[in-house]
Amino acid sequence: MLEVHALTKSFGALRATDGVTLKVEEGETHAIIGPNGAGKTTLIGQLAGMLLPDGGSIRFAGEDITRLPAPRRARKGLARSFQITSIYRDFSALQNVALAVQAASGRTGFWRPAFDDESLIAPAKKILAEVGLEKRMHAVAANLSHGEQRQLEVAMALATRPRLLLLDEPMAGMGAEESQRMIGFLAGLKQRHTMILVEHDMDAVFRLADRISVLVYGRVIATDTPERIKQNEEVRRAYLGEDA
Amino acid sequence: MTFSLVFEQLLNGLQFGVTLFLMAAGLTLVLGIMNVVNLAHGSLYMVGAYLALAAAQWTGSYLLGAALGLFGTLVVGMGVEVVVLRTLYDRDHLDQVLATFGLILFFNELIAIVWGRASLFASPPSWLSGHIDLFTGSRYPAYRAAIILVGLVTALILWYVVTRTRLGMLIRAGASNRTMVAALGVNIRLLYTVVFGFGAALAGLAGLMAGPIYNVQPGMGELVLIQVFVVVVIGGIGSIRGALVGAIIVGIVDTLGRAFLKPLMATIISAPAAESAGPALASMLIYLLMAVVLAIRPQGLFPARG
Amino acid sequence: MKARLISWIVAAVLLAALPPLLLALGQPFYLDLVRRIMILAIAAISLNLILGYGGMVSFGHAAYIGVGAYAVGILGFYGFFNGWLHILVAMAASALVALAIGAVSIRTSGIYFIMITLAFTQMLYYLGISVAEFGGDDGMRLKQRSQLGIVDLNDPVQFYYLALVLMLLSVFLIHKLINSRFGMALRACRSNEARSRAIGFSPYPYRLAAFVIAGALCGLAGALYGNHINYITPSLMTWEQSGDLMFMVILGGMATTAGPVLGAFALLIVEEVLKGWTEHWQVLMGPLLILSVLFFRRGLAGIFYKPDA
Repeated sequence: MLEVHALTKSFGALRATDGVTLKVEEGETHAIIGPNGAGKTTLIGQLAGMLLPDGGSIRFAGEDITRLPAPRRARKGLARSFQITSIYRDFSALQNVALAVQAASGRTGFWRPAFDDESLIAPAKKILAEVGLEKRMHAVAANLSHGEQRQLEVAMALATRPRLLLLDEPMAGMGAEESQRMIGFLAGLKQRHTMILVEHDMDAVFRLADRISVLVYGRVIATDTPERIKQNEEVRRAYLGEDA
Repeated sequence: MTFSLVFEQLLNGLQFGVTLFLMAAGLTLVLGIMNVVNLAHGSLYMVGAYLALAAAQWTGSYLLGAALGLFGTLVVGMGVEVVVLRTLYDRDHLDQVLATFGLILFFNELIAIVWGRASLFASPPSWLSGHIDLFTGSRYPAYRAAIILVGLVTALILWYVVTRTRLGMLIRAGASNRTMVAALGVNIRLLYTVVFGFGAALAGLAGLMAGPIYNVQPGMGELVLIQVFVVVVIGGIGSIRGALVGAIIVGIVDTLGRAFLKPLMATIISAPAAESAGPALASMLIYLLMAVVLAIRPQGLFPARG
Repeated sequence: MKARLISWIVAAVLLAALPPLLLALGQPFYLDLVRRIMILAIAAISLNLILGYGGMVSFGHAAYIGVGAYAVGILGFYGFFNGWLHILVAMAASALVALAIGAVSIRTSGIYFIMITLAFTQMLYYLGISVAEFGGDDGMRLKQRSQLGIVDLNDPVQFYYLALVLMLLSVFLIHKLINSRFGMALRACRSNEARSRAIGFSPYPYRLAAFVIAGALCGLAGALYGNHINYITPSLMTWEQSGDLMFMVILGGMATTAGPVLGAFALLIVEEVLKGWTEHWQVLMGPLLILSVLFFRRGLAGIFYKPDA
């Protein structure tokens, strides 16, 4: 589904991404973990097309997308959520999701009101129900609680009918109870979607991931199943060791 | 088109360029450090010209008039910062454009109330009214030569202040990281007022020197202001070096364009066509230049990197 | 929703009732004033599309008033007086100019965008000044007003009603546009560009299309304005005129349907009142405008309802 080969990106002297190679198989949930400053956000940025890499390549569904702008990648089925909530704060939750549906449809129009357009509203309502926001669909996004905004964030990614979901710390800033609910929701999502999950919450990572890549100083030091990652000496030294 | 004629126009371009630089320096600092678009910068240029003219007539001395004009503009500039600009730091560019647009209306009309709408005649001091001999054999007005000199010396002083003094360090630091400078315990409000005041004084200097060459009249600032914005955008916002290079490029391109574009075009197309197309193209030249620069380097020639 | 429609109908009826009333009172000057306000309101409505809904701070919108007016003047100069042709050419030329300006400007943002739109309009202004055939600096009187057949622009009342109808039509068109898929995407790109790109909207084509539509609509206003003053002059394209249009939008309320119309009325009526007091009205207008920016951010429409986002 996604093949990243020898990806590099530097900011001045700092090599934020240093020859990253990884492969995400169709249907798997692939977690990327690593200590702060390991280059996770930079990597996600390059995968989503917000940053252009200095070298290396990214192939998505058999096609080279290394230099493709973000909106084109999104329309090819690569959806992302943001670590720091990024929603349309002055639109309603329903409008937020309907916009994502519209963006994925690739069709525009200059006359018919978008809010009367069942081909946008019906799928949007369905997705809001899926993430459990149907009761809040007419609320202005800025007035949603933090947890609800995180749900909306994921809902917008889902609404583009993605083939690959890039989730950048979906649990960021959530309380314990909200986190548990989100993990439950993602566990359901995992059945139907290929996902890349960047997350600090180790509980979530070990419950959701099929495979884990460990990123340290811009390099992937290991890619393996959760059990084998737990046992990996290098990983323990470099990263989990801090906790153990 | 002899060499001495081209050389003379080059000097005129340089003279226009340093005038533009004096204005651009203040404008680019205010943009770079305070992130404020100040359309009223041209009003300070006008205020400088009027105050110096009035003070020179009152004291009977050009130099004393110039000094009083400079000081007056500094005070007016600080006043504007404290009363209006200060409230705009947290606003978006749109609000800044609109509010300073209001300032322009106010200043232009205020000047018209005090001095009338007709343009005033300002003359260079008698000791600068002569000509100097150029090596090309032709003669050049001493007053224009003096403007070039003052402009270049001011640029040198500015360069020294910005790169070699504590104030300059704060200014540069403030441009890249406002909160950090505030955290160092520097009174950022005072720093801003001072920087704005000196930016105003530079604009005033440009205005009072330009007085004897161009017309001293209400609205004189806006004609030059838009050209100064072109300079700042070409040079890169927040960069003094960019302002200097941009100002000299714009000054020379504009001056040479107005002087030679028409005869040059007449050699290619018919004379009557050149007669109308020449001046049109000449007056559009610097805006075309800006569009080209922005198309190639969207951040200007010298993007400020703190 | 319904209340808004009713207030529009009331406003339309009041404006429609104005000409007989003013003529009965023997005040044709005010008829002229309101007609001017309504024409400039069309320009402000078009600016609101890009400034309010698109988030593009264009400081050069007067360019299209100029292009529209010059289209009428130049066609007339060469003996073409068909008003429909005038309007068609005015809108098409403005759209083309907007396409050229927008194509370059929209690649930049922030201060650069403000300055480059200003610079392009300055270019057109100087172009107008230097082309002596069409009067150069002094401008040029129209040979005749546009001949529309059904409406006689030489009749102040008929022209008034045309301006009223076109203003209401513009309000309606923009209202439809900003609620369509296109409008939603445009507003989304203003609200959160990163998010828009991440779900698959490329902001550039939406913004450019909005820029061109706004240019064309403003070109219509320009064609009307040229007829209104019966004159074309480069001073239609000054940056002060661009600033006035921005003030209409801000004063009325950005990104609201009624805002630009309210703003045009407010700004120009205040201007007339101050002019009545003193020749030096700008010395009062300036501080008033500053105060309105500082303390009246939501605009007149904000008094009645919330912005459309």
